[in-house]
Amino acid sequence: MSTRTFAAIDVGSFELTMKIFEFSGKNHMRELDCITQHIDLGSDTYATGKISQEKMDDLCRTLKEFAQIMASYQVEGYRAYGTSAIRETENTMIIQDQIEQRTGIRVEILSNSEQRFLHYKSVAAKGEKFRKIIEGKTAIADIGGGSIQLSLFDHDTLISTQNLRLGVLRLQEQLNHLNPGRAQIETIIDEMASAQLGIYKKMHLKDREIENIIIVDDYISPWVVRKCMEEEGGDAVSRQEFEGLLNLLRNGGTMELAKRLDVTEEKVPLVFISAVLTRRIMELMGAEYLWAFGVNLCDGIAYEYAENAKLIRREHDFEADIIACAMNISRRYMGSRRRAETLENLTTIIFDSMKKIHGLGKRERLYLRLAAILHDCGKYISLVNIGETSYNIIMATEIIGLSHAEREIVANVVRYNHSSFDYFKGLQSSGTELDRDSYLVVAKLTAIIRLANSMDRSHKQKMNGVKAVLKDNELILSVDTQEDITLESGFFHRRSEFFREVFSVTPVLKQKKRI
Amino acid sequence: MGEKNFYNPKYYTNRELSWLLFNHRVLNEARDKSIPLFERLKFLSITASNLDEFFMIRVASLKDMENAGYEKPDIAGMTPTQQLKALHEAIHKLVDVQYSTYNRSLLPLLEKNGLHIVRQHEQLSEEEAAYVDKYFEENVYPVLTPMAVDSSRPFPLIRNKSLNIGAMVRNKKTKEELEFATVQVPSVLSRIIQLPSKGKAKKIILLEEMIERNIHKLFLNYDIVCAHPFRIMRNADLTIDEDEAADLLKEIEKQIKKRQWGEAIRLEVEAGMDKRLLQIIKKELAIEEQNVYEIDGPLDLTVLMKVYGLEGFDHLKTPKYEPQPVPELPAGCDIFEEIRKRDILLHHPYQTFTPVVNFIRKAAVDPDVLAIKQTLYRVSGNSPIIAALALAAENGKQVTVLVELKARFDEENNIVWARMLEKAGCHVIYGLVGLKTHSKITLVVRKEEDGIRRYVHLGTGNYNDATAKLYTDMGLLTCAETIGEDATAVFNMLSGYSEPRFWNKLSLAPLWLKDKFLHLIEREKKYAKAGRPARIIAKMNSLCDPDIIAALYAASAEGVKIDLIIRGICCLKVGIPGVSENIRVRSIVGNFLEHSRIFYFQNDDNYEIYCSSADWMPRNLERRVEILFPVDSPELKEELLHILKSQLRDNVKASVLNPDGSYEKVDKRGKQLFNAQEAFCMEAKEKAAKSAGSTELTSRTFIPQKNEQ
Repeated sequence: MSTRTFAAIDVGSFELTMKIFEFSGKNHMRELDCITQHIDLGSDTYATGKISQEKMDDLCRTLKEFAQIMASYQVEGYRAYGTSAIRETENTMIIQDQIEQRTGIRVEILSNSEQRFLHYKSVAAKGEKFRKIIEGKTAIADIGGGSIQLSLFDHDTLISTQNLRLGVLRLQEQLNHLNPGRAQIETIIDEMASAQLGIYKKMHLKDREIENIIIVDDYISPWVVRKCMEEEGGDAVSRQEFEGLLNLLRNGGTMELAKRLDVTEEKVPLVFISAVLTRRIMELMGAEYLWAFGVNLCDGIAYEYAENAKLIRREHDFEADIIACAMNISRRYMGSRRRAETLENLTTIIFDSMKKIHGLGKRERLYLRLAAILHDCGKYISLVNIGETSYNIIMATEIIGLSHAEREIVANVVRYNHSSFDYFKGLQSSGTELDRDSYLVVAKLTAIIRLANSMDRSHKQKMNGVKAVLKDNELILSVDTQEDITLESGFFHRRSEFFREVFSVTPVLKQKKRI
Repeated sequence: MGEKNFYNPKYYTNRELSWLLFNHRVLNEARDKSIPLFERLKFLSITASNLDEFFMIRVASLKDMENAGYEKPDIAGMTPTQQLKALHEAIHKLVDVQYSTYNRSLLPLLEKNGLHIVRQHEQLSEEEAAYVDKYFEENVYPVLTPMAVDSSRPFPLIRNKSLNIGAMVRNKKTKEELEFATVQVPSVLSRIIQLPSKGKAKKIILLEEMIERNIHKLFLNYDIVCAHPFRIMRNADLTIDEDEAADLLKEIEKQIKKRQWGEAIRLEVEAGMDKRLLQIIKKELAIEEQNVYEIDGPLDLTVLMKVYGLEGFDHLKTPKYEPQPVPELPAGCDIFEEIRKRDILLHHPYQTFTPVVNFIRKAAVDPDVLAIKQTLYRVSGNSPIIAALALAAENGKQVTVLVELKARFDEENNIVWARMLEKAGCHVIYGLVGLKTHSKITLVVRKEEDGIRRYVHLGTGNYNDATAKLYTDMGLLTCAETIGEDATAVFNMLSGYSEPRFWNKLSLAPLWLKDKFLHLIEREKKYAKAGRPARIIAKMNSLCDPDIIAALYAASAEGVKIDLIIRGICCLKVGIPGVSENIRVRSIVGNFLEHSRIFYFQNDDNYEIYCSSADWMPRNLERRVEILFPVDSPELKEELLHILKSQLRDNVKASVLNPDGSYEKVDKRGKQLFNAQEAFCMEAKEKAAKSAGSTELTSRTFIPQKNEQ
């Protein structure tokens, strides 16, 4: 049996963590080692936008040591991700380069939505236990240093997820300016959080009652995990038990708390902030139970690696989550569900039939589906300028599981479905961050969505049972419909121009009339 | 609430006085007529070196407190000044017993057995005297540095623990007033010199007698008025402020040099020393009367260890015990394979320490081993473990070694080989700021076909192949995943990384261990309260942690039966009504130094048994990195319980603590004699023989040659 070892590094805002994993057989993932070093990068970044020289030295020294540990385990691969403390620096690229030069480790930047998605994956990696919880009404509260992320489940699909800038370190930084007494802290946090949480309730939660909250953080979840381990068979902590913790935190001395909670003293105030936030969220949602899996970003990183390397069989359909989120966004902007479905259907049929020509993969197919679902969100704002407004909405909305760059691909595909296409040079001058490869993806997907769009110009979903066959230089789309498709044929012809330009394939629309 | 205050000072014994009682127990061995003569010499020598160390560390520390005006009482309610006073009285008594043992029992017996120690050079025959003088001129004279004191020459530095001869001299020409002169008895030369003898009997003279006899040759222009040996002990407690020291290593090197300069806290002089001479020495060293010891016999009885080493007296020594092979690990086996089969318990010195050395040696050359991590506290001079670690690093293994530089008196030694390991490519951690690393743990990470597997050795004693022949210790070899994970976490913490989210099996001091012990004691108390049988058996070197003692008192008061096997210091008192009536304490002082720490908790009907590197002392539980590990396999638990029970059965080497604070040998009347250490020797031999026998049998099978066709 062959085994593989992998290192996942999380350059977090409060700590640097590396986990070494071993994959063996089918679906077997085992944590071999977990090394954590406290380096408070976050407070530098949140306050000044830069990381001080001193912290940078600490960071590089630790990463170098991590590299040695990786070597000692003979790891076959690694991923190092920086989160908000790196992401929110003004000189991110310089920092990335410096780290790589000094340590040999390439730290990639995770966008918030990617980071949360990995957290989510780390939780979902718990398999059966996770599936059972999300059958009920469940939310994930992912409390980080810079922000928190609230995700809601309906049955077993993720339906919405929202980022709130209420991270523990960020709050502490703000508290430091106010310098409040212990008794005031709770009120101040409540006040700082309630505005955002109130809006959140209106926009996302509405009247939903949530029973379970899965908490992902470095502060409360270790306590929950330990508490559950102590009470054998316990899986979750009740609201009452949690109140007990809060009382302890309100009244205990720092040293005593550090001992009772088994954390370092510097972490105690952060545990307190996290606990206050958690209680607010529990109240807001009416949740009764708190769950924790004791996993962190590293688990998610490893899970994703294993998934991509086919070392592990996925048990939860994450793509469905991303699609569900996109649909939710579309619904918020009053997109037409049926229209979106038709378009999604048509685009995928074309995409699949053109595999040999476009050379794109599963991920790009997902972009296409997302673009189809979100194709008309901009009309919520203006019917005239749908391309631009849609682009702006998508760029301003988080879609869990997509990186910033990926989101930009989707947004551009939606934009150029409506507006005229900008070639690379033109696109560059408009300030995009798309690179050459992404640009080509945008071009190809745009060609497909435009073609599909033309086939449903009337928005009447006339095109049922479309079949696509690629033959020589022609893509023959045979439509099985009794309806008049004159409008569609006309648009089809015009829209196929761009398609031809991109693929050198001529699309042909054939109506298969029933006798 | 009407609850007893178990911290009441009257329930506690002062630790220093308790230690002195321990040294008395060692001294009792020197007085025990049933023990071979030369072993008795050895025990006497041990009491002397013990006392030296006690002065340098404990007395010195009390002295520091007194000088600093520190008045806080200890757990027994005594201030440093009160303790010092009580100690001096007790130490003077101890020394009296040491020398009466030497003079009245041992010297006559040695004489009877053909070894004559010349007490005064005046007793030498002419022929012997000539030999001594010749020997002196050839070997001793060249290395001596005589020093005289006058107005132009200040009083010389008298080195800590060195033996010196002080003399009053008068200038031959001027015949002026008396001057002080001194010469150090060189430590580079053997202190015992054998004189030529005709018959079977041997005769030896001590170096200082030889020098005294010839001292006029050192001060040619002077008349020698009197000459007497003297010896001083200085305050040598090594306290390093680690936060201040930029480079710990350099700081320790500096401290070692400084150590000779401490304040004098003990002066030993030959009984009957000239009063004028004594006065000068006392004045120059600024030493108080109570710290002066007039000795009736040779100063520094550690010389007796050299006497023990004399050839030709084997019949007066206990036959040397050969540590037995471990049946689970036959010679030439694949040690990793054997550990995979089952956990293996090692009982040293009854069983050999070789498997532990082999474990590391094998790991150093095994191609599948990725990393070796180890903590080292006190290592023997020419340690095979160090060599193996260096080899491993050279073989490209990742080797991490935590070298504890703060090990008492061993710093110089440790720095040398730590540097050597670093040169070989090991990652060396020079201890932790503010904490001594006392835990004994080795982790070998191996890449096997089905993934990474971790092999761990946990011990109660140091990785020292020399002391492993003398100290009784336990070791566990295991590849249990839970312990492997914990071991990895231990080394991450020792490397400065954060603690793990939770521990599977191990408990670490200074963060968790004390709570764990208190929890285990508390649990027994709860069972007792519920009317269930509850019992604790704990074996260790010292017990002086007030929290633990208070918890034991509370448990005893609830009816927990507690048996303590404590070799050394015990600040707990037995037999206090309502407090410690259920506690029994015994101490075993035998041929081997009792060193293992084993803890048994009845836990209703599912008993738990642990081993540890830690004693129940505040320094172990609060200021050191220590490990407590459970032994889980049922057979091994039985084995450990058997060890504890055997020690409770011992009626030869065991002394029992009385309610009045004294120790007394176990009453053997009407009982079969049982010596636990001897029993363990026998058992180890039997076990080894049994397994050797079985392999022999298979090799004794005949294999008939078959016809090739």
